[in-house]
Amino acid sequence: MVTLGDYLFVSGLLFTIGFAGVLLRRNLIIIFMSLELMLNASNLSLVAFSRFRVDSLGVPNYHAQVFVFSSSPWPRPKWPSGWPSSSRSTARAGRPMSRTSAV
Amino acid sequence: MLRHSFVIGKPGLAFGRVTGHSSFVILIMTPFFFWTASALMLIFGAAVIVNRNPVASALSLVVSFLGLATLFVSLDAFFIGIIQVLVYAGAVMVLFLFIIMLLDLRAEERRRINLVAFIGGGAVALTFAAQLFAVIGHLRSAKQPFPPLAANRPDDVHGIGLLLFERYNLPFQIIGVLILVATIGVIVLSKRQLR
Repeated sequence: MVTLGDYLFVSGLLFTIGFAGVLLRRNLIIIFMSLELMLNASNLSLVAFSRFRVDSLGVPNYHAQVFVFSSSPWPRPKWPSGWPSSSRSTARAGRPMSRTSAV
Repeated sequence: MLRHSFVIGKPGLAFGRVTGHSSFVILIMTPFFFWTASALMLIFGAAVIVNRNPVASALSLVVSFLGLATLFVSLDAFFIGIIQVLVYAGAVMVLFLFIIMLLDLRAEERRRINLVAFIGGGAVALTFAAQLFAVIGHLRSAKQPFPPLAANRPDDVHGIGLLLFERYNLPFQIIGVLILVATIGVIVLSKRQLR
């Protein structure tokens, strides 16, 4: 069984590799790639905690995934289908939610 | 015929509904696949900083990020995993442009390693890793398995999108302004170089 600690262990190892790269290499581009490794190691631990913090509806904590997403360019979001809850604010905004929420 | 296939299709549906996972995620959540993807990610991550040729480093970075995307998918974060693959394909293209423009495809010449700096840097990194693993070892919730997810939860695109455009709307726009500033900075810097 894979636990949260396994993901944190792997994430810490990847962060250490990136940290050692920043400390040991002189090439600017390699240092940039090592910074990317550290950034992605922290992203991995964020997503692992997001999966670990499941709320009472059985939904993972999406706040951490928003943070991960914010370090990337943004594509156009897809319109969701068939989720009845959390539609209060969307229905108020007059979006076509009522047709899909009956599914 | 139709009825038969309907009866056959039923247990699979019930199975997916009980566990809340697709069969793909069940396959990938096994420890073997987890450790395989982790080893892929870590070995090629180490190859990034060990390689002397920057092009080889960039290619190792791609493989490392593919392993990381596999780990994201094993954590049911499909959207983040796909974004990881798509975005870093583009980012690595930019890296290749950097390498070709700045380094002129020259491999780094072999210089003498400064032994004191090497040992010092390695000691700092190892100390950092030791502290990190001590903290993880004392974390009580690190030994618990992941709680199950609801089968009828929304797509993670739905959850992330609602959160991003409602609660985090202001930070989202601030990041947009930040990227605009970076774009203007690139133009200003390149113009100054031309003059």
